Amino acid sequence: MKAYLKVLMMIASLSLGLLFLFPMWKIYLLAPQYPEGLEMHIWVNKISGDTDGALQNFNILNHYIGMEPIHADSFAELKIMPYIVIFFMVTGILVALLGKRKLVLSWVVLLMISGAVGIADFYLWLNKFGTNLDPTAPIKVPGMTYVPPLLGSKTLLNFDALSLPAWGSLGIGLAILLGGLVYFFSRSTVQVKSAKKVMA
Amino acid sequence: MKSLFTTIKKAAPAAAFTLALAGGAVLQGCSSGPGEGSATAAGVASDAAQAVYVAPGKHDEYYSFLSGGFNGQMSVYGLPSGRLLKIIPVFTQHGENGYGYNEESKAMLNTSHGFVPWDDLHHPKLSRTNGMTDGRWLFANGNNTPRVARVDLSTFETVEIMEIPNSAGNHCSPYPTDNNEYVIAGTRFSVPLDMKGGTADVSMDEYKDKFRGSISFIKVDQEKGDMELDFQILVPGFDYDLANGGKGPSSDWVFFTTYNTERAGSLKELGASQNDRDYLAAVNWKLAAKYAAEGKAKEMPAYYYHNKMDKDTHIAKSTIKKTVRYLLPEDCPGMMYLIPAPKSPHGIDVDPSGEHMVVSGKLAATIPVFSFSKMQKAIEDKAFDGEINGIPVFKYESVLKAEVPEPGLGPLHTEFDGKGNAYTSMFVSSEVVKWKLSDFTVVDRMPVYYSVGHLMIPGGDTHTPDGKYLVAMNKITKDRYLPTGPELSHSAQLIDISGEKMRMLLDFPTVAEPHYAQAIKAEKVAPNSVKFYDLAKNKHPHAVKKEADASVTREGNVVRVKMTAIRSHMTPDNIEGVQVGDTVLFHVTNLEQDWDVPHGFAVMGANTAETLIMPGATQTLRWVPKKAGVFPFYCTDFCSALHQEMQGYIRVSPKGSPVPISFSTGKKKPAA
Repeated sequence: MKAYLKVLMMIASLSLGLLFLFPMWKIYLLAPQYPEGLEMHIWVNKISGDTDGALQNFNILNHYIGMEPIHADSFAELKIMPYIVIFFMVTGILVALLGKRKLVLSWVVLLMISGAVGIADFYLWLNKFGTNLDPTAPIKVPGMTYVPPLLGSKTLLNFDALSLPAWGSLGIGLAILLGGLVYFFSRSTVQVKSAKKVMA
Repeated sequence: MKSLFTTIKKAAPAAAFTLALAGGAVLQGCSSGPGEGSATAAGVASDAAQAVYVAPGKHDEYYSFLSGGFNGQMSVYGLPSGRLLKIIPVFTQHGENGYGYNEESKAMLNTSHGFVPWDDLHHPKLSRTNGMTDGRWLFANGNNTPRVARVDLSTFETVEIMEIPNSAGNHCSPYPTDNNEYVIAGTRFSVPLDMKGGTADVSMDEYKDKFRGSISFIKVDQEKGDMELDFQILVPGFDYDLANGGKGPSSDWVFFTTYNTERAGSLKELGASQNDRDYLAAVNWKLAAKYAAEGKAKEMPAYYYHNKMDKDTHIAKSTIKKTVRYLLPEDCPGMMYLIPAPKSPHGIDVDPSGEHMVVSGKLAATIPVFSFSKMQKAIEDKAFDGEINGIPVFKYESVLKAEVPEPGLGPLHTEFDGKGNAYTSMFVSSEVVKWKLSDFTVVDRMPVYYSVGHLMIPGGDTHTPDGKYLVAMNKITKDRYLPTGPELSHSAQLIDISGEKMRMLLDFPTVAEPHYAQAIKAEKVAPNSVKFYDLAKNKHPHAVKKEADASVTREGNVVRVKMTAIRSHMTPDNIEGVQVGDTVLFHVTNLEQDWDVPHGFAVMGANTAETLIMPGATQTLRWVPKKAGVFPFYCTDFCSALHQEMQGYIRVSPKGSPVPISFSTGKKKPAA
């Protein structure tokens, strides 16, 4: 594998570091009483918001409809995910150093699967919170559930909810894209090499 | 009628006061009935509505702070809309939020006379940086029980109140220097000082010999704003009415109007109006500070309170100060001079250049303008005409620059637009008069309704006025608004001064009696406005930061309830074990960390006001139950959809009852 591809592969694995610098996903809420908006930020290792009080404010609003309070402690994923990311970063660098095409492919595929599992897990959580409501909740709207959108916007009572991937997700996207490119370009050099062999 | 009025005005200067009173009677006699004020439409700009319209959801261009006068508070209005934004309690208890009632803020109103829950707040003054308003603090005077307060403009809360010793009627106050080096406060009433921190028990006949005035120099911490009384100057026993600091070349000086230089002790209405000239006192504050620092100051015993609100605990604490330093003018050459000024002057205002000192003599036929450079020359030339208590008195002409002829009747106050014009309020002829500083001629008049006292231009008392609007604060309202019984609100009027001619834009009622006001561009204040307090930084000794830590404990006959409030419940909301005669202290912490979610707390029968708790803060309501029973308490500020449910009960048992202290919230019902 050529040196620049190894560098590219290294960048791919390092770009996962964005997950520690930025949230993966953001949920925005807008309501008549919240002209300034409320934001929940989902990180690889924590849940926060645009302000220190944001999570508490989400929980205060949600408790009226009987939604379980959201605490970072309730998610085992937040404890495991950082290690998974670190695992991918370390193995990515190893793959770059070894320069083996097949390893690149396995790394990218494994990362894609992990990403997909992550999104599926996120979706399941949204569903769980949105539907598993306390029957003694003060506000009960018959037939109403409060599953926030996974992607895009949705109206939930007086709130407009908007859910979008954030910069952290870009890290995963970039890692997959760059890893894929490395795989693609390393294949063409091999092809050229083998073509040369044939001609020889 | 208007022409008659103008005629009277033209003829007036000779016998100003008598004729003016007659003119006033004619004016009032001519007014048509209620509903339509007699001269309502006079001078109202045709596009006035558009000029003051601030669309829903939009913000005003300026904050204005109008003193509340006899309500002891400060009103905050937006300009140009005239919308009331807030009332800040300063010297007066405020049932609306518990200021002066709850345990944390009570100490703000402590004085050497005990707890004084009211005062007469006259003059707000914004803090300054390089001679310009900086939007950090607002200083205000308490006139009746001499005090100076500081309001923090990041929270719009009163954070400091200092009593002024050796003072009575702290009217001539508080005047900040260009960089808040000092806030200066003069006494209106001279009193016989016993030189031990009190007033002496002497006969009023001894006024001339025993009574003295004082000017206090309050040092302000440049970073935090904390005040400290550095020293006082003991001055002749006149009445010190108003003051203002110099600017530019005169920025080391502060000027005070005086009246009752006759030193009458009774019926001052006449006694203080005998001399044709009283004085404008000029004090070099920098030199005074230097004299004080160099050991010229003597020390005397004193006894005065200094109350400060702690930023982290939100608890006010009083300290008692027991000495004060003072200077005597006779020991300090060059520090103080007297300029003869027409009879009983009121306002003293220094133009933006710092050269002109404008004295508005309410009984005078002209407005004298003194020159700072001529004053410097007169000091050099020793152009004096005797002295009083060792203070040189200038010859009138040696300091006089010009007299504004025929300005109107009853001039009180002057402000400036920074474009070479001065605007003077005329109490008796009820108008605002615009005149030029270049040739001292009147160029425009605007009738105001009725009897304007102070007027204010944003920054109009600073280096750099913002000459767009003028607010006239009128003392008499009569038929201007729908009648509300004998007691009427005072009125303010907004005038456009951006062009050659003044244009009347807006009337709005004010709270109590604004004596003076300040205004500042919103952008200098709004970005610093605190949205809520950080709960993590709350250092109140009885704060609880999560519901699990809420508690009720008995300490002798004091029951301490450490309660939390969050939408939409209080923890605990069921309390038992309190006995008749106990002192119950509800320490309520608002756990919210969100914008505009205060919770209020009140309990049935409490002999105090509710307390309103801002997010992240802790406030305490004291309650001594007098009879057994169950008493509800609840949140008084509509906080959320389930605000009405935000309530609880406290059970009070007879003295000596065996009911133990217990508390809970949302107890799980036993399974059926």
